[in-house]
Amino acid sequence: MYYDVVVVGGGVIGCAIARELSRYRIATALIDKESEVGFGTSKANSGIIHGGHHSSPNTLKGKLEWEGNQLWDDLCDELGFGFKRIGELTVALNSDQLPTLDKLQRQGEAKGVPGLERWDRDRIQAEEPHITEEAIAALFAPTTGVINPYEACFGLAENAVANGVALYTDSPVTDLSFDGETWTIQTPDATLHSRFVLNCAGLYADKLAEMAGVRSFSIRPRKGEEYLLDKRLQGFVKRVVFPCPTPVSKGTLVIPTFDGTLMVGPTAEMIDDKEDLTTTAEGGQKVFDFVTRMVPGISPRDCIAEFAGLRAVADGEDFIIGPTAKKGFINVAGIQSPGLTAAPAIATMLADILKDEGLSMEEKEDFVPSVPKPIHFASLSTDEQIALAEKDPSYGRIVCRCEFVSEGEILDAIRRGAKTLDGIKFRTRAGMGRCQGGFCTGRCMELLSRELEIPLTEITKRGGETWVVRSRKEEVASC
Amino acid sequence: MLTANVDRLRSDYDVVVVGGGPAGMGAALAAKEAGAEKVLMVDREKEAGGILLQCIHPGFGLHHFKEELTGPEYAQRYLEQVLETDIDLATDSYVLDIDKNNRVKLMSGRHGVREIETKAAVLAMGARERTRGAIRTPGKRVSGVLTAGLAQKFVNLMGVLPGNRAVILGSGDIGLIMARRLTLEGVEVVGVYEIMPHANGLNRNIVQCLHDFEIPLHLSTTVVDIHGQDRLEAVTVAPVDGFTPDLSRSQTIPCDTLLLSIGLIPDNELARQLNLRFDPVTRGPLVSSTMETSKNGVFACGNTVHIHDLVDFVSQESELAGHNAGLYVTGQQPPPDNVRLVPGENVGYCVPQTISTDRDHTIYMRVRKPMENCVLRLGDVYEKKIRYVFPAEMVNVKVRPKFLQNFHGDNLRLDVVPQEG
Amino acid sequence: MNATVAEHQDREISRYLCIGCPMGCRLEVEEADGDIVEVRGFSCRRGEAYAKQEHIAPQRMVTTTVRVENGLWARLPVKTTDAIPKELMWDLCEKLHELTLKAPVKMGEVVLQDALGTGVDVVSSRDMPYRES
Repeated sequence: MYYDVVVVGGGVIGCAIARELSRYRIATALIDKESEVGFGTSKANSGIIHGGHHSSPNTLKGKLEWEGNQLWDDLCDELGFGFKRIGELTVALNSDQLPTLDKLQRQGEAKGVPGLERWDRDRIQAEEPHITEEAIAALFAPTTGVINPYEACFGLAENAVANGVALYTDSPVTDLSFDGETWTIQTPDATLHSRFVLNCAGLYADKLAEMAGVRSFSIRPRKGEEYLLDKRLQGFVKRVVFPCPTPVSKGTLVIPTFDGTLMVGPTAEMIDDKEDLTTTAEGGQKVFDFVTRMVPGISPRDCIAEFAGLRAVADGEDFIIGPTAKKGFINVAGIQSPGLTAAPAIATMLADILKDEGLSMEEKEDFVPSVPKPIHFASLSTDEQIALAEKDPSYGRIVCRCEFVSEGEILDAIRRGAKTLDGIKFRTRAGMGRCQGGFCTGRCMELLSRELEIPLTEITKRGGETWVVRSRKEEVASC
Repeated sequence: MLTANVDRLRSDYDVVVVGGGPAGMGAALAAKEAGAEKVLMVDREKEAGGILLQCIHPGFGLHHFKEELTGPEYAQRYLEQVLETDIDLATDSYVLDIDKNNRVKLMSGRHGVREIETKAAVLAMGARERTRGAIRTPGKRVSGVLTAGLAQKFVNLMGVLPGNRAVILGSGDIGLIMARRLTLEGVEVVGVYEIMPHANGLNRNIVQCLHDFEIPLHLSTTVVDIHGQDRLEAVTVAPVDGFTPDLSRSQTIPCDTLLLSIGLIPDNELARQLNLRFDPVTRGPLVSSTMETSKNGVFACGNTVHIHDLVDFVSQESELAGHNAGLYVTGQQPPPDNVRLVPGENVGYCVPQTISTDRDHTIYMRVRKPMENCVLRLGDVYEKKIRYVFPAEMVNVKVRPKFLQNFHGDNLRLDVVPQEG
Repeated sequence: MNATVAEHQDREISRYLCIGCPMGCRLEVEEADGDIVEVRGFSCRRGEAYAKQEHIAPQRMVTTTVRVENGLWARLPVKTTDAIPKELMWDLCEKLHELTLKAPVKMGEVVLQDALGTGVDVVSSRDMPYRES
C-alpha cells in the first residue's frame, strides 16, 4: 500500500496527529504494535490536562503545554470523551516552598495562563477540607483539567479512521528502508510505502530512528506507579493536588479522575527495561506515605488497583520534534509530561512541518470532525434510560455492576473496535471498579466471543500472549 | 425449571428481595409465608441460584435439608419451592436504586428500565471476592491472575480452563475446592500458599482437596512478586514473619495461573447508596434482631450482612429477615430492640448488633483467635461452655428470654474466655 | 497425610487428619499382621470410625462436570450417588469427561450407570435447560 504519511505509534500523540492529518486530502496510515491504540504509555497516563504554568516558556514542552491545554475543550465536544476542568492546587507545606509557588505563578502569567490565584491556609481548608492543616499556602490554577487518556486515544483514532486513515494494529515495525524518495515500512503482515514517516514510537522512538539510520538521541523510561482508590472516596478531594515540584518530577499527586474516583501517584524512577510495568512494594509505600501526609483521610486500605506506566524521556528532558537528516523521516520523540496536554498542539505543529517539507495539503470539504458519542447509560436521566432500554433491550441488561455498565455499551464498544478485555474496560469502565472484573469478565468474554465470532480461548486481556483461558484437553482432541 | 421466568412484573409490591441466591430465596419464601401478598425476587443472572450454581461440590444442606447436597442441588431444591408460590421472579434484572420513598429502580434485559413501589425490601446481594488490588501484590500486570470464584465459573459453567500450571494464594475453602477441581480437570496445581500460620479452610477440604492429590500447603508464606510479559510466567513466594515477608528466603515458582482466594467482602453497592449504617468489622449494614437495617422497612441477610461459611446458616438468617419483612408489611412487627450487643474479649463481631430481652435469639459471631475449652458469656446473665472456637468457623448461640430478662442495661457484652480451673 | 512408618517388625503406624470437625484430631492407626491393633488420637467415636475407614478402604464422593450441548451452560455438574473407592476417582473423571450430553437434562437423571462396576450411579445435580438462541 502507498501512503503519503505513515504515523508509527498509536499513543495519544500518534492518534492526535493521525486525526489532524485526516482533515487533508492525503493518504495516511496509523500503525501500532499493540492490539489497540493507546495501549502503551498513554493507557497508564495520569489523565491530567496541565494548567499551562508548570513548564518554563523557554522550552518546547513549556510552549506546547499551554497551547495544547486550550485545544482540549473543542476536541472533547467533537469526540465525546470525558474531560472536565476541575482546577488544581500546588500546595506548600513550609515556607521554604513559597518561592516555588511564586516562580510557577510568574511562569504561568508570562505565558498568559489566566486565573492563577494564591490561596492561604483558611481558603485551602474552606475549599478542600481534607487537605492537611500543615498546608500553609497553595497556587490555584482553574485551567487544569482531567480526561480519560485512553478514551481520548480511542476517540481520536475512531474519528481518524472515519475520515479515511488506515489503522494497522498488532503491527510492530520489523524493518524500515528508504530509497531516497520512498520509505518502505515492513510489519509482520504488511508492507507499507510512504513519502513521510512520523516517529511517534514513544519508548521505542530511539530504536525506530536507528532503523531509519538517523538515531541522534536515546529514550529512557521513567516509571510511574499509580494507585486507584475505592469509590467510597469520591469527592473527598475536588481538585488535582500537587506538592511543590522538584527538578525531576511534579511529585506525588492526588488526582480526582474524570470518573470521580481518586488516583494517587505517580512515582518517578529512571529504569532500564522498557517493558518493566511492575508495581513495587516500595513504590506503593512511597506513594501512600506521601499522600497520607497531604490528605490524611486516605488509607492504603482503600486501594482497589494499581498499575505502572513508563514515560518516554529523551536526553535533555525536552520534546524532540522535527525533520531529520533523511528526508521524510520526522521525529516526534521524548514526549513525556506534559505530553498528553500538548498532544493537540503537537498535532497542528506536525501538519505545519509536513507543509514546510513539501507535502501538498489541501483541506477536505467532507471532513467530519465528530464521532457518534458513546452512550454512558448510568449518566442518563431515568426517562432517557427507560426510552433507550425499550428501543434496545441490551441497554437494560447490566454487565458490570460496580461501574453500572450495560450490555448495550459493551456491544457498542466492540462495534467501535474493542477486540480485547482491556479494550472493553478502557472504553466502558467494565471491570475497572472495586471487584476488578471478578463478576463481569465472564460476560464480557461471552459477548466478545459472540460478536467477533471467535472462541473464548482466543480472547486476550490486551493482545499478544495475554490469553485468558484455554481449552479442556478433550475439547482440543475433538476439534 | 431453573430458568422458568415469570413474566409478570407489577408496578407495586409488598416486599422486593434484591438477589436470588440462597439468601434471597430464603427471604422471599419466608416473607410470603409471613403474610406478604406481593413478593418480587430480583436476580441479575440469567437464572436464580447465585454462586451456589458454580459450587458443584458436596457439603451443603446438612442442617437445612438434613442431607448432603451439592451447591446446584441446594439451589434447585430451594428454587423449586419459590416457583411453587406466586412470588414473581425477575432474572436478568438488577436493582439500581431504592429511593427514600421506597421506589425501586430496576434495570432488566427482560423488562427494560422500570420504577416499582414497594413497602419493604430485603437486601440479599451476597459478597464479592477480594482482588489483587486489595492486597497490593507487587509485580507485572499480566493475564492469568484471577480470583478463585472467577476460575470456578470458567471451569464449572463455561467449560474452559484458566491455565496449565497454577499457584493458589489463600487457603480458604474456595481455594482448596479449586485446587481439587483444577487437578481433576487437568491443570497442574503447584501448591497452596497461606500467609497465616494456620489453614483457613475445613479439615475435610485439607484432606480431600489437598492430601488426596498430594498438593502441598505452605503456611506463613505469601506471594511477593508476579512475573511475565504478557501472560503470567512465574510468581515469587516468601515466608512471612507476622505479615512481613522475608525476601532472603524467597523462591520463584514457574506457573501461568495465580488463583486468589483471599477472602470475601459483603457486596454493598446498594446498601451504601441507601446510606445505611455500617459495622466497620463485618463491612455490612448494622441489623437489628429482626434483620432490619438502620432504614425502616429495609432488611438484609446472608453475605451482604456478614460473610458466612455455611449456606445453611445463610438460609436460617434469611428466613428470619424475610419473615420480619412479611410481618412489617402486615403491621405485625415486634417492638424494637432494647439492648445493644457489644463484642468483648475474643469476639470480632456479632450479628445481629441489637436484640430484645423478651424474645428468643440466635446470635452469630466470629472469634478473633482459636481457643480450646472456653466459655461464651453474655454479660452475667448467660454462659455456655464451648470446646473449641476458630476464627474460620462462625459460632452461633441460641439465647432465651428467661436469661435475657435478668439483664437491665443498654449494652450487653459478649466474651469468649478460657474456662476457669 | 497418610504417612506409614515401620515402627518395628510387623507393626505399622499410619497417620490421618480427622475431618469430622474443626478440631482436626491427629489420628494414628496401628496395624500388625494386616490387622488394626489400636486407633489413637481421636476425641470422639466418629473420629475412631473415620480412622478405621480411611485406613482400610478410603471412600470419596466424586463431583465433576460433563460436556452438554445446547445447554444454558457448557457444562453440567454431576455427582456420584454414594462414595466410591478413593483410588477410582481419576478413572471415573476421565470416563465422565468423554461423555457428551444433550440439553435438556433433569436433576437426578442418571448420567453413568454402575460407574466402573462400583454399583454407584453418577447423576446430574441440576436441571440443564435447553438454550434458546
